[in-house]
Amino acid sequence: MTVQGWTYLFVGLTFALYLGIAWWSRVRDTKGFYVAGRGVPAAANGMATAADWMSAASFISMAGLVSTMGYAGGVYLMGWTGGFVLLALLLAPYLRKFGHFTVPDFMGDRYDSKLVRIVAVICALFISFTYVAGQMRGVGVVFSRFLEVDVNVGVVVGMVIVFVYATLGGMKGITWTQVAQYWVLITAFLVPAIAISIKLTDTGIPQIGLGSEIKETTVSLLARLDGIQEEFGFGPYTEPFVGKWDKVNVFFVALALMVGTAGLPHVIVRFYTVKSPKAARWSGFWALLFIAFLYLTAPAIAGFARYFMLDSLNSAKEEQLPDWFESWEKTGLILWFDDGDDAVRYSAGDRNEIFRAGSISGPELARISRNHQQWIESKGERGTDARTLLTEEGLSGPDRDIIVLATPEMAELSNWIIAFVAAGGLAAALSTASGLLLVISSSVAHDLYYKILNPSASEKQRLLVGRGTIGLAVVVAGLFGIYPPGFVGQVVAFAFGFAAASFFPVIVLGIFWKRVGTIPALCGMVAGIGVTAYYVVGVVFFGMDKWTLGLSAQGIDPQGVGTFGMVVNLVVTVALTPLFPAPSKKVQALVDRVREPEGWSPPINIDESTKQ
Amino acid sequence: MISEPNTPSTSDSERDSRILKSYWRKNLGLMLVLLLIWAGVSLGCGILFADSLNQYYLPMTGYPLGFWFAQQGSIIVFVLLILIYALAMNQLDKAHQKSRTSGKDTPS
Repeated sequence: MTVQGWTYLFVGLTFALYLGIAWWSRVRDTKGFYVAGRGVPAAANGMATAADWMSAASFISMAGLVSTMGYAGGVYLMGWTGGFVLLALLLAPYLRKFGHFTVPDFMGDRYDSKLVRIVAVICALFISFTYVAGQMRGVGVVFSRFLEVDVNVGVVVGMVIVFVYATLGGMKGITWTQVAQYWVLITAFLVPAIAISIKLTDTGIPQIGLGSEIKETTVSLLARLDGIQEEFGFGPYTEPFVGKWDKVNVFFVALALMVGTAGLPHVIVRFYTVKSPKAARWSGFWALLFIAFLYLTAPAIAGFARYFMLDSLNSAKEEQLPDWFESWEKTGLILWFDDGDDAVRYSAGDRNEIFRAGSISGPELARISRNHQQWIESKGERGTDARTLLTEEGLSGPDRDIIVLATPEMAELSNWIIAFVAAGGLAAALSTASGLLLVISSSVAHDLYYKILNPSASEKQRLLVGRGTIGLAVVVAGLFGIYPPGFVGQVVAFAFGFAAASFFPVIVLGIFWKRVGTIPALCGMVAGIGVTAYYVVGVVFFGMDKWTLGLSAQGIDPQGVGTFGMVVNLVVTVALTPLFPAPSKKVQALVDRVREPEGWSPPINIDESTKQ
Repeated sequence: MISEPNTPSTSDSERDSRILKSYWRKNLGLMLVLLLIWAGVSLGCGILFADSLNQYYLPMTGYPLGFWFAQQGSIIVFVLLILIYALAMNQLDKAHQKSRTSGKDTPS
């Protein structure tokens, strides 16, 4: 069967599974809708959290990033997993003991302020929408390559599916769908990695394979990779701190991602769905364990893909080009513009011949291609050299998003594996999209509508608003997928910086320091967000000079400024705290409550507590 | 093991608050140690000292040590840290709950 046939089969089967689960777990009350009735077992919640957390970015883009960045790719690996340690130790058990539905709930009650609640809602909405936009791009990439349908059709199909299971089952439906999606995505990620590892190094465990010797030689794969990288002008693969990734920037970005992860609302809410704080701790462990299966495999895939790419492309002639190259060339995600010697060269610097189309439109690309052909045929007399053109646009090298999806093809694995990877990519994108839609829905329906606008709303009205919001959010997310805003990639970094600089410090201080009052926390958040937003917007959109902070000569990367914003938030909050009154008795009692051992006081009745 | 739950009285509430204090202190201590290890392997071995660690290799493999910490080692340690935390905290929860109902003072 062809790749396309297999893809239709796997995508059809998995989508049917997700819809079946949605029907089986449909809900009627807000408790089921927002926190799945709190009956989710810890291990299942761990799987759901893992699927929720591992987005299209983790599945499709991350190995690609690591592949081109080498050592520095570790900032994503460490950053995104390290955040879970902070989450599990500093936040999850306490938020679970607090016992409401959302993060803005905790913030609003702990700091006893509607304003804090609204700021928290805005942050949650901003982070979630930024993220959803990225997921839709992932769905588009997978559909356009494997089903060869129009990207827009693919996005609409994905949206309809998410809409059905998110509105029908709410958090409960999403949780159980995500459990299924976890298994689809992890198998899809592991199978090719294992197959390639056996092929390259004779080891069935990719994590060991990456550190082993290449089959039938005594050279270690990493040493060989370092060698090829240097030969073509890239920095050695395993060498730390090359190019823009100096020590200070690696440190800043890693820490910003760690702290940002711990502040992401769609991950935090998952800890509300389990029975008890004990189960919250266990689900933190299960979540990271399940995530680690993918995150420990990604660097292996990254290394293998880099090796294949450099090894099989360089000095290949037109007719020797591998099949995967030709099928991906059609998508514009990888392009070859020859310098006239009829052999591919993928390297750093001017002589590179591998590019990507980026946001260049089809007709425009065809024109560039024609001019380049003319340039070659006339030996530079007429036409234009596409290489200089694309290099100036910053489009050197293949699109990173193809690495995971194309590696099985590079290694010439069977068609069904290639198709299965596509189904896995869709599972990753859809599971995260649905988790985010639910955060958007609960932020609007619970925190804005119920808690602020209409506190006397009935259960039925709240559910209706919740479902309506999901519908609206799906449409917006779909539009993001059909008309992808060009700034998505850059704004994701912003979302992490935002989460790091706003939520994290005040939640942690709220739990661990009883004395912190409303005004210091508000000032801290505003200062943290303000500095971060000012810097990211200034540098990314208005070409502002980067700050060096006296630490790094080349300036702090906008992705890492969340670390700085977080410190600003902390310093402002801590410095102002003694100047303002301590929080009320009620709030102090609340903090004492979340510090108790499990089962110390009778459990909080959710329906009571939501009535204020 | 077989003990009647005590009827609440003033001395009980004093003991309760002593138990809660001890629980919180132990929780903070455990967290501090685990977070130091967290920072040590990731920000320390994986970043700050990665260049010097890279001169050595992980035994039996081709992994330069700094690179290994950044891409594999720290993640493995993270998983273990959360496991230890979950086990220890659940133990602490149980011990403090027991010392409350058994009428004994703060557990050692």
